[in-house]
Amino acid sequence: MKRERIISVVLAVVAMSGIAGLALITAYIFKEGLPVIARVGLKNFLLSRDWYPLEGHFGIFSMIVGSLAVTLGAMIIGGLLGLSWAVVLTQFCPRRLVGVLKPAIELLAGIPSVVYGFMGAMILVPWIRQHLGGPGLSVLAASVVLGIMVLPTVTSISVDALRAVPRSYRDGSIALGATRWQTTYMVILKAAKSGILASMILGMGRAIGETMAVIMVAGNPLDLPHGILDPVRTLTSNIALEMGYASGEHRAALFATGVILFVIIMILNTLALAVSSKRAGKAGAR
Amino acid sequence: MDWCLKRIWPTFCLAVALVAVGCPGCKNRSQRTVNVVGSTSIQPFAELLAGELHKKAPDLEIDVQGGGSTAGIQALATGIADIGTCSRSLSAEETKLYKGIVIARDGLAVVVHQDNPIDGLTRQQIQDLFSGKITNWRDVGGRDMKVRPISREEGSGTREAFTKLVMDKVRVARSALTQESNGAVKELVRGDPGAIGYMSLGLSGGLKCLSIDGVAPSTSAVTSGQYPLVRPFLFVVRGACRPEAQRFIDFVLSSEGQRLLESEGLVKVQ
Repeated sequence: MKRERIISVVLAVVAMSGIAGLALITAYIFKEGLPVIARVGLKNFLLSRDWYPLEGHFGIFSMIVGSLAVTLGAMIIGGLLGLSWAVVLTQFCPRRLVGVLKPAIELLAGIPSVVYGFMGAMILVPWIRQHLGGPGLSVLAASVVLGIMVLPTVTSISVDALRAVPRSYRDGSIALGATRWQTTYMVILKAAKSGILASMILGMGRAIGETMAVIMVAGNPLDLPHGILDPVRTLTSNIALEMGYASGEHRAALFATGVILFVIIMILNTLALAVSSKRAGKAGAR
Repeated sequence: MDWCLKRIWPTFCLAVALVAVGCPGCKNRSQRTVNVVGSTSIQPFAELLAGELHKKAPDLEIDVQGGGSTAGIQALATGIADIGTCSRSLSAEETKLYKGIVIARDGLAVVVHQDNPIDGLTRQQIQDLFSGKITNWRDVGGRDMKVRPISREEGSGTREAFTKLVMDKVRVARSALTQESNGAVKELVRGDPGAIGYMSLGLSGGLKCLSIDGVAPSTSAVTSGQYPLVRPFLFVVRGACRPEAQRFIDFVLSSEGQRLLESEGLVKVQ
């Protein structure tokens, strides 16, 4: 009995160390970043477009817009493709083919992001430059690369949501004379709405946090993008680009950028949790 | 598991303590390894030299890392590095604390796409191209095409050298693309007909390098002092360094080390 207890304590400590890491990281980021935000002023920090860290100007507005633009683009591409994949896999696909296709999509998640970035920089960027104009490094290139990267997240969670819709809904709809597409469109997608929404939000979290691939295809200027062919700098690439060199105030400002990113991702994840627990609550009431 | 759920807070605190205490423990380094950290421009040359010396003295391990000039000096300050590498002059504050040893000089090449008809520019023109004052190649005698300046990230030694030598007090345009390595700049300039970038002359092979104020960039023009864009490559140390590190420095400054640097396109100092 005593041994049982020791083992359970040891395992609990090991398990807790993961959360402890999270707690320490959070505390550290805030401790390093908040003083700069306090000094510059939150409004100035968020809404100024002047990022000249060596001269003491810290404004991350362009990068916030950049992150949002790239994430939106990624969700339009990845969200649409992912949802379509999920619908095809759950509604219109022979079971045997699903066994091949679903793992194939999930395999995409295992490809390191630098490989996506490299493919983007070598193939996509020159293609955009030649056929659409602009420098090639652009919101569009980053959106496409990120869109492909969020595909596995969106697809697999959407598939789960669609599969969780009770078979009776589908049978009922078919029995009422609806076609397969009408059933999918009017019944299944509606019933799985909150799960699909959660998959989108989690995909967004992934897109907004991605760094390496974005640095390689986005161009990273300080300017606001004015169109999808303009280059863009995101919050994550701002941190990664300058971290190696930064010291003192500049370094603290990068931590402050991290604080903002942290808050955005926390909001997204909380939303995703809230949305999916709403679904669970509904299912329980049924 | 019941037991620990009741005592979740103490367990959690213990875990926090373990994780927090664990970190300082990782400082144990091998005493025989010489750590060289810093400029990504110097990194390939330092690696080459380290490899050569390792061939001659297999017991000496030299670990070369990038990260940037400023990061190198930081690593020196925290004791992670024995030698910091720096591809710009030291600031006044840094000079007080550290000793900079010039291991070679490097020309800063201004590079454009192969098909760009421009062969040379003045320093003023380059400044205007990078500051966004001139936005079309036509205005400096080239084709009717948008200029796309490519800069390096804030804090890069190459950027600092360029800012000091060309930009003076003028800011690089906000719209300038920012790439995080010489290689990335090279890749971009190679593919984009409107691009203009800058990088170490020693690394600019395969790109079209412009003449500056009428002087074509070459090792001889850098040595003679005619080529205007020249910066030092430094090894930075804190006072006396370990004999292993000193051995590496001596090798770099020896005629063999200098010859090696010269064959890679740098300009020797000894």
